[in-house]
Amino acid sequence: MEELLHQLSNGLALGGIYALIALGYTMVYGILRLINFAHGDLFTLGAYLGLTLLTSFGLAGHIQAGFATALVLIFSMGLVALVGLALERVAYRPLRGSDRLCAVVSALGASIFFQNAMMLFYGARSLVYPPGILPDASIHIFGAELPLARFLMFAFSVLLMCLLYWFIHKTRLGAAIRAVAIDPNTARLMGINVDSVISLIFFIGPALGGAAGVMVGLYYGQITYDMGFGFGLKAFTAAILGGIGNIPGAMLGGILLGLIETISSAYLSIAWKDAVAFAVLILILVFRPTGLLGERVADKI
Amino acid sequence: MDNRQSYLELRDLSVGYAQADVLHGISMRVEEGEIIALLGANGAGKTTALTAISGLLRPRAGGIFFAGRSLHATPSHKIVEMGITHAPEGRRVFGSLSVMDNLKLGAFTLKDGKQKKKLLDWVCELFPRLRERGEQLAGTLSGGEQQMLSIGRALMSDPKILLLDEPSLGLAPMLVAAIFKSIREINDRGVTVILVEQNARAALKIADRGYVLEVGKMVLEDKAEVLLANTQVQAAYLGGAKVT
Ligand SMILES: Nc1ncnc2c1ncn2[C@@H]1O[C@H](COP(=O)(O)OP(=O)(O)OP(=O)(O)O)[C@@H](O)[C@H]1O
Ligand SMILES: [Mg+2]
Repeated sequence: MEELLHQLSNGLALGGIYALIALGYTMVYGILRLINFAHGDLFTLGAYLGLTLLTSFGLAGHIQAGFATALVLIFSMGLVALVGLALERVAYRPLRGSDRLCAVVSALGASIFFQNAMMLFYGARSLVYPPGILPDASIHIFGAELPLARFLMFAFSVLLMCLLYWFIHKTRLGAAIRAVAIDPNTARLMGINVDSVISLIFFIGPALGGAAGVMVGLYYGQITYDMGFGFGLKAFTAAILGGIGNIPGAMLGGILLGLIETISSAYLSIAWKDAVAFAVLILILVFRPTGLLGERVADKI
Repeated sequence: MDNRQSYLELRDLSVGYAQADVLHGISMRVEEGEIIALLGANGAGKTTALTAISGLLRPRAGGIFFAGRSLHATPSHKIVEMGITHAPEGRRVFGSLSVMDNLKLGAFTLKDGKQKKKLLDWVCELFPRLRERGEQLAGTLSGGEQQMLSIGRALMSDPKILLLDEPSLGLAPMLVAAIFKSIREINDRGVTVILVEQNARAALKIADRGYVLEVGKMVLEDKAEVLLANTQVQAAYLGGAKVT
């Protein structure tokens, strides 16, 4: 029981991170039918920028740690979002309307570019976040002593997801995003600037990915320039699991994948965790080719 | 040649898709407050002409002028802001959104809440069904209701010119009559209308003037009643039947 609670709480923390990254893949896909392969690297960039902000300004030392961390998170999200905007302008917009394959190649190129740039700038060896930023208190549930940090991680991802959901469903710009996802040309006839909506998507997705990057740094401690590949692949899997293009699907898929991964590594073997995760994906796609929530094709977002 | 500026003007407009031109230098003048019927057989290029006016397709030659300004480089969303709104062929409602959300999207370019409220009241007065079905998903509406929604959504942008592409397509005769009546009412409110129709007789009956397209060329242009009486038009578009 105690072991199970540990794995569940661990899985929620990890799953929240997967979900945040998966949202970036799924939103871009929902609008452009494009897989932004560089998205995982934007996540990594968030982790590095967060580290730079934390250490070079010594924020943690000066102000209250919680407040400093929040500032670092917000700044990292904003910076990664700006890089996301630039990425769309440089790598994807010029290719819009040309062959789908060109955009894929461009996405892979952008991914390689980001990885190499981060390796040059931050070095090929892993870096470590300053310890002790997250509280090391524990909470007791059913006799198990579980680190509070896990719940903070999960709560923060859920908070971001709720904000996104509110934005998409309750605001004018959110309605524009939904309209463009359903039918871009008709959205134009409503007076919606589709290019701006695409920019907005490349702002929000990377911001969420960047937040996930900082969270990984804070929670796991170690970051490497190429960790975006592994996390990106998992998050992409999560997006497909939930139904690619579907926002609630990405949230659900991410959390499920996190749970599957931690539970299978505890009860089967760590070596099998990826295999199990992908096996689940394959099974779900065999029985539900559209993913868990992807049934309504027009209702992707 | 007449150099006076019309409200909306297509001048020697050529438009096409990837391979070939579909419209070959067509010209058209629309005055403020008119209903213009744009007629033609399947594939003549009527939809293409409307699509060019709303900016989704760019002219290859010639130009489009609205209130004296060239729309040459104006993106579609700006054209809506300027006051030209297009209710496209096939209705194109956002099926997975509610009726109200569709209407709100129609008002995307407007900022003034009061104005939006007024427009919504007008649209719901015009098509009471839309208010009844407000929370229903647009995709679950009947064909006629979707057509009302498509027109209502376009009206929510408070257009000066409304482009209607085959609003009566696939509707039962009673609904067709209702839709044409609504178009009259919309026009009575001061909205200029360009009406593309297969149902040429009904269109000409409410129109001030008409244009006839034949494989990408404008072949006829006249007052609506003249076109209705024109034997050529009768043979080609009115089923040869006598005008009653
Ligand atoms: N997206 C497109 N790509 C290529 N060709 C097109 C496209 N849309 C229309 N066409 C061609 O352009 C020509 C004119 O089409 P258009 O839809 O404007 O005709 P229409 O007068 O509206 O016909 P209908 O009464 O059937 O709606 C047709 O020959 C059609 O095949
Ligand atoms: Mg047509």
